[in-house]
Amino acid sequence: MNAPILEMKNITKEFPGVKALSDVSFQVAKGEIHCLVGENGAGKSTLMKILSGVYPQGNYNGDVIFNGHVQKFSSISDSEKAGIAIIYQELALIPEMTVYENIFLGHEIKNGLLIDWNETIKQAGEILKKVNLDINPATKVRNLGVGKQQLVEIAKALSKDVKLLILDEPTSSLNETDSENLLALLRDLKHQGVTSIMISHKLKEVIEIADTITVLRDGQTVATLSKDEVTEHKLIKHMVGREINNIYPKREHKPSQEIVLEVRNWNAYHPTLGRAILKDVSFNLKKGEIIGFAGLIGSGRTELALSIFGNPDGYRLSGELFVNGNKKQFHHPQDAIKTGIAYVTEDRKGDGLILIQDVKQNITLANLHKISQRGVVNNNAEIQVANQYKTNLNIKTPSVEQKVSNLSGGNQQKVCLGKWLFVGPDILILDEPTRGIDVGAKYEIYTIMKDLVKQGMSIIMISSELPEVLGMSDRVYIVSAGKIAGELTAEEATQEKVMRLATN
Amino acid sequence: MTFFDSAKKVLQQNIREYGMYIALFVIMAIFTITTKGTFISSRNIVNLINQTGYIAVLAVGMTLIIIIRQIDLSVGFLAGFLGAIAAIAMADPKVISNGLNLPVYAVIPLTLSLGIMAGLVTGFLVAQMKIPSFVASLAGWLIYRGAILVVTESTGTIIVANSAFNAIGNGFIPDIPDIGILPGVHKLTLLLGVLAVILLIVNEFNNRRKKQSYNFEVLPVEIFSLKLIFLAAIIGGITWILAGYQGLSWTAVIVLLVTLIYNFVMSQTVLGRHIYAIGGNPDAAELSGISVKKLVYVVFGSMGMLSALSGILFTSRLQSATTTAGTLFELDAIAAAYVGGVSAAGGVGKVVGSIIGALVMTSLTSGMNLMGIGISYQYIVRGAVLAAAVIFDVTTRGKN
Repeated sequence: MNAPILEMKNITKEFPGVKALSDVSFQVAKGEIHCLVGENGAGKSTLMKILSGVYPQGNYNGDVIFNGHVQKFSSISDSEKAGIAIIYQELALIPEMTVYENIFLGHEIKNGLLIDWNETIKQAGEILKKVNLDINPATKVRNLGVGKQQLVEIAKALSKDVKLLILDEPTSSLNETDSENLLALLRDLKHQGVTSIMISHKLKEVIEIADTITVLRDGQTVATLSKDEVTEHKLIKHMVGREINNIYPKREHKPSQEIVLEVRNWNAYHPTLGRAILKDVSFNLKKGEIIGFAGLIGSGRTELALSIFGNPDGYRLSGELFVNGNKKQFHHPQDAIKTGIAYVTEDRKGDGLILIQDVKQNITLANLHKISQRGVVNNNAEIQVANQYKTNLNIKTPSVEQKVSNLSGGNQQKVCLGKWLFVGPDILILDEPTRGIDVGAKYEIYTIMKDLVKQGMSIIMISSELPEVLGMSDRVYIVSAGKIAGELTAEEATQEKVMRLATN
Repeated sequence: MTFFDSAKKVLQQNIREYGMYIALFVIMAIFTITTKGTFISSRNIVNLINQTGYIAVLAVGMTLIIIIRQIDLSVGFLAGFLGAIAAIAMADPKVISNGLNLPVYAVIPLTLSLGIMAGLVTGFLVAQMKIPSFVASLAGWLIYRGAILVVTESTGTIIVANSAFNAIGNGFIPDIPDIGILPGVHKLTLLLGVLAVILLIVNEFNNRRKKQSYNFEVLPVEIFSLKLIFLAAIIGGITWILAGYQGLSWTAVIVLLVTLIYNFVMSQTVLGRHIYAIGGNPDAAELSGISVKKLVYVVFGSMGMLSALSGILFTSRLQSATTTAGTLFELDAIAAAYVGGVSAAGGVGKVVGSIIGALVMTSLTSGMNLMGIGISYQYIVRGAVLAAAVIFDVTTRGKN
C-alpha cells in the first residue's frame, strides 16, 4: 500500500440532538480508488462535507491530514486550492453555458484583465480528451445527456489540477453504458495518478472498481476491506449489522384479508423529459395493515406515493388503481383525499407545513369544510379541534396559536400527522415519518401508527431506515430503480435480504 | 397582572398590526399642526377619502394578488380603459359617434363584468400558461394603455353627462328631513355612525361570550373596555368630522363595503384561508387538496373587477374619461399594500392594512399640498415613507 494521501483521524461531528459521526477514522492511499459505502444516513456525506470544507474547521472534532499536512479548511475554495474536488449527485453545471465556459468557471484563464477565450477553448479540448469525451467544447451543457455532463464535471475538476477526486453516487442517474464509461475513466485517471473516493450504493460496481472499501454504519467506521477479501455478502453484513433495539411497540393485531388499495402495472413518465420514473409497479394494501416501502434514496418510492395521491407533479401515468375494489383515476390530490387517502410528505418544511401559519391553521387546512358552515370558518371550533390533536398526539407547544416554525422537528411531524388524521382517511401514506426526529418522538409516532391500524386504518410507510421498516411492517415491498424488486413478509424480511434486493 | 402590564403585553404582541394605525395617526397629527387645522377640517377629510377611493379598491385587490405571491401591473391602465368604456357606453350617440346611450344601472354591471374577464385573461396566462405574472401583466399594461388611446382617439376626453354616474365620485348620501335639531350637521351620517358603534359593541360582546363558552382566553376586562372605547371614539370622531360637511360620500360607502366584504372573506371563510395557504406554501396547499390554479383565477378575476370599479370611481370623480386615466395607479396600489403590511414573500397581509396604507399615502399628498410643498419633494417623502414602512415590517416580523 502506498503512503496515504489522506487521513481523517477521530472525526466526530454532532448536529443538534444527533451524533452524525463519532470517532471516525478513514485513510486513503495515494493513487487508489477508495469506495465508501453504507446505508442512508450512515454518515458518508457528512464525512465528505468535512473533507471538502462545507463544514468548516472548528465545526467538528478530529484532524484532516492531506498530503502530509494537517488541513484547516474553512470553505470549499480552501479544499479546492489544496487539490480536492468533489462532484455531487446533483450536478453543479450551468446549463445555459458552454462546456468550455463551465470547465473554467471560477478559475478563468486570463490575459491581463480579460478572459483569453482562445486559450480557454484550446485547453478545454485537451482536458475533454483526458476524460474520453469527444464533443465540441462550444456545446451548451443543456444539450448533453446526464452521463456526458458528469464527464464535464470531472473535466472541470481536472482543470483545477486535482489530486483527490470525490464522487458522490456518480452512477445513480446513469444508464449501464454511461456507468461503464465512467468506471473506465476512473481507472484511466488512476493510471494518470489521480486518487478517487467514490460513494456508491451499487455494491456490484463497488466491488468491480475499488482497491479499498470502507464501510460506515451509524456514524462509525465498521470495516475497511481490501479488494481481495471483499464479497457482496460481507459488505451487506457490515452495512446492516446493527442490533435492532426493541423500540417498536408490540402488535397483537392481525390485518384482515380485505384489500383496500391495489395498484396494477403502474408506469410513470416524467412530464417533459419522458424518462421512465416507475416501471410496471404492482402492489396491494389490506385493511388494518402496515406495508413498508424500503429502498434507497432516489429509488422512486416518493414518486410512487405521489403518483397515487392525485399526481401533483403531472407524470404521465398508465396502469390501474383500485380503492376498495373500485377503479379510480385521480386528477388532483383533492380527488385522492375525497376517496380517503392521505399523504404525509417526507419534506415537512418544504411541502408539508405552512411555516408562517400557526398550529391550528395547519391542522385544519386539508379539511376546513368540516369546521365551516356555508363557507364561513368557525374559529372557535377550529381551536377546539386543534387542542384535541394537541392532546391526543402529545404535541408540545405552549398554545395552538404558536407558529409551527417555532416547533421542534418531532412536534412539526405530529402537526403534519394531525392535519391528515383530521381528514379522517382510510389509507394513510407516511413518507419518512421519523426522519430527523429524536428517539422519544419516534416511539410516539410508532405507537400512534399501531393505534391507527387497530382502528382499521391501513398504512403505507416509506422509510429509508431499515430497522424501522422491519419493526413496523406486516409486509415489505422493496423498490429499486422505479421497480418493485421484491416483496417479503414480516417473518421473511431481514436487513440483509432487503439490502440485497435494494442494491441490485 | 396590573392594567399597564396587560396593556403593554397586548401592545407588544400586536405592534405590527397597530404600527400602521399609529403611523396614520402621527402623520395626520403632524399635518393638522403644520396646516393649523386645515388638514383635519371636514371638507379636507371628505376630499381625502374621495381621492383615496380609486386607489383603495385597487389596493384591496392587490393585497390578495401579493398574498398569493403574484403581481399585477396592468390594473392602472385597465381601470383607465374600462372607465373610458363606461363613459362611451353611457354617451349620447349624437355627441360621441360610437356612444351607446345605455343607462347607468346597465353600464356598471357591464363594466364590472368586463373587468372580471380581463382579470381572468391574466389569470389564464399565469395559471395555465405558467407565465410569470410580472411579464403577463406588463403585457396587459401595454395593451390597455394602447386600448385607452384607441377608444379615445377620435374624441379625446369623453365628458360624462350622466349625473347619477357622476354622483359616485362626487355625491353624498341623502340626509333625513330637517327635524329642527343639529342644524348644519348631516344627521343620517351621524345615525349610521351610531349604528356602526352599536354593531361593533354587540359583535365584540358576542365574540367574547362565544370564546368564553369554549373556555378560551379572552382579553382582560379593562383592556377589552379600553379597546371598545378607543374604537368607538375613532368611529365617532370620523363620523362627526364627516357629518360636519356634507356627510358620507358615495365613494366612502363603496370603499367601506368593498373593505368589509373582502375583510370578511379573507379572515372568516374557507376561501380566504385557502388563499393565505397558497401564499404561505403553494406546494403544501396543493398537497392539502387545494387547487392552486383555480384560486389564481379567482384572485386575478377579483382584481379585474376591482380595477373596473376603480375606473368607474375615477371617471365619475373627473366626470370624464381622459386619455391618460390610470397612469401609475398600479404603483400607488402596490405601495399602499406594502405600507399596509403585506409581505412580498407571500402569505401575509390584511385588506384593512392596505386601506390604511392607501390612506397614509393620500394623506401625505394631501397634507403636503396644503403645506405648499412641491411635487418633487412629495415624491421623495412618499418614497421614504414606503421604505420606512417596509423596514418596520421586516424588522418586527423577525421578533414574532
